[in-house]
Amino acid sequence: MTALTPVLSAHWDEKDSFTMTGYKRHGGYKSAEKALAMEPDAVIQLVKDSGLRGRGGAGFPTGMKWGFIPQGDNKDHYLVVNADESEPGTCKDMPLLLANPHVLVEGIIIASYAIRAKRAFIYVRGEVTHVVRRVQQAIEDAYAAGYLGKNIFGTGVELELVLHVGAGAYICGEETALLDSLEGFRGQPRLRPPFPAIAGLYARPTVVNNVESISSVPAIIANGAEWFSAMGTEKSKGMTLYSLSGHVTNPGQFEAPLGITLRELLEMSGGVRAGHQLKFWTPGGSSTPIFTSDHLDTPLDYEGVAAAGSMLGTKALQIFDETTCVVRAVLRWSEFYKHESCGKCTPCREGTWWLVQILRDLENGKGTAADLDKLLDICDNILGRAFCALGDGATSPITSSIKHFRDEYIAHLTHGGCPFDSHASTLFASAKAGA
Amino acid sequence: MAFNSENLVVMDSIISRYPRTRSAIMPLLHYVQSIDGYVTSEGIETIAGKLDLTTAEVSAVATFYTQYKRKPVGEYHVGVCTNTLCAVMGGDAIFEGLKEHLGIENDGVTADGKVSLEHIECNAACDYAPVVMANWEFYDNQSVQSAKDLVDGARAGNPPAPTRGPNKLPTWKENSAVLAGLNDGRAHEGVQAGAPSLLGLEISKKGAQA
Repeated sequence: MTALTPVLSAHWDEKDSFTMTGYKRHGGYKSAEKALAMEPDAVIQLVKDSGLRGRGGAGFPTGMKWGFIPQGDNKDHYLVVNADESEPGTCKDMPLLLANPHVLVEGIIIASYAIRAKRAFIYVRGEVTHVVRRVQQAIEDAYAAGYLGKNIFGTGVELELVLHVGAGAYICGEETALLDSLEGFRGQPRLRPPFPAIAGLYARPTVVNNVESISSVPAIIANGAEWFSAMGTEKSKGMTLYSLSGHVTNPGQFEAPLGITLRELLEMSGGVRAGHQLKFWTPGGSSTPIFTSDHLDTPLDYEGVAAAGSMLGTKALQIFDETTCVVRAVLRWSEFYKHESCGKCTPCREGTWWLVQILRDLENGKGTAADLDKLLDICDNILGRAFCALGDGATSPITSSIKHFRDEYIAHLTHGGCPFDSHASTLFASAKAGA
Repeated sequence: MAFNSENLVVMDSIISRYPRTRSAIMPLLHYVQSIDGYVTSEGIETIAGKLDLTTAEVSAVATFYTQYKRKPVGEYHVGVCTNTLCAVMGGDAIFEGLKEHLGIENDGVTADGKVSLEHIECNAACDYAPVVMANWEFYDNQSVQSAKDLVDGARAGNPPAPTRGPNKLPTWKENSAVLAGLNDGRAHEGVQAGAPSLLGLEISKKGAQA
């Protein structure tokens, strides 16, 4: 059994974990002081050597991203932290920021120094007021302590950090849409190239990193690249937060080495809720093709999940048992993508609209056998043809669910609608069953 | 409502956070909501004037983002997550229950102006499903009854405290100011983490003891 490795979450059980006092009790801001005594390029090399890959879903090597920023170009550089966490099922960055916003601030100081950025932004989603408070307070406390501002640790290094609060648009988690939003426009994705490393915020070289990626940096500086790369698998290094939700006995956050399996996570946490069986699950949010009980032993690292036909994504493990109608689940996700489509490109804007119409008909018993082929055909016309990954993501639940549960779609035709009792899948139903 | 001189000073301080003024649109829209309760025409005009933009440019941004409201919401704006996982876990039942209980539909406001209702997308708290938000504060592991108690309390001026949030639920306007980046001094209130956030850590510690 793989052992859990709490690093980011190691002190979340201390009441004042979110305060400067709580953070400094365990060596907080020592890594920033250490990094600022190094050459910036040496910091980038250390992060490269650690093997840290982006925790926001794509898994791009973090140190390599930093290395793409042109140096000596006499331009302003920017670091932008993506805290827009909105991928359905994803719930790791918000508890991290609630319990320990200072680790992100410290990571930002280190990363900004490495890429020679004098300004950094945290773009946090707008629907989490208390998270906003905690991050805002952490930034103010870091300024007061001299960890941000004109002369950090008396080294002459300068960094201004601003918290920017979103306003309810999933698309702003896409890095170029996020940059447009931060510039004060509608959050719509940009054509790439140029990539943000060359022309990002205000057309200046910009690194956009996920909260968890940046928050992992202080521990890497403190303990070294070898310590980090000793955890995980060959190409997926380090520890990461897995989020278990849905029809399980005990949902929650689990910090483990990359490559742990769902079977292991279920065994240590109490399994699927009593009296029920696993039906389907997402490995990394709704945009990652669904898995079934056949995938319990798939290593949850970037390569393992990809080899099994899905994506590690945000490691948002949403568990659904046999009481859940897969058509209802997929319809609801499709409604989400339709609602969140920014409207910029035709395949996504029009395609997601049609997907919802067809799925609604199926769920309500008005579908036909030809609808399944039509769904797949529309997905085929969105995947790879949309402007950004939102369109691709919209197709994942549909194509994967038809692959694994075609019979259940057919049952909606023969049954004249959904054959499931929606009450049986609720938390209230399981509470009664457990009483 | 016209903005007073103090409001205009705050707006200038928000603009000064950014290297380019246009970036201040979003916090300024949150700030307008903290004063007017929603994005009023006066708010749009004031922002346009401050940022040297047309009102059409500001409106284009305001209408893109769902948190900016173009008509008044309740003093307590309640969002029920009905994305797949929360819906399945009970969010659909909670949303139906609240609509019936309050006698309003999606995006509706009670006649007393106290509570408005909206179904929302995933709010990054899936391990606490089903989730309800009030003025964008977390109410975790809700039931139809607990959600009704929440809105009843809100209408009576005494809503229960959020699960992971400040000791007392702030109003819509008060929280809009926080989203504009104005510190209300309540960061220290409430828990640092709920039980599900700590589950892996606890299992790890027990394993280390064994």
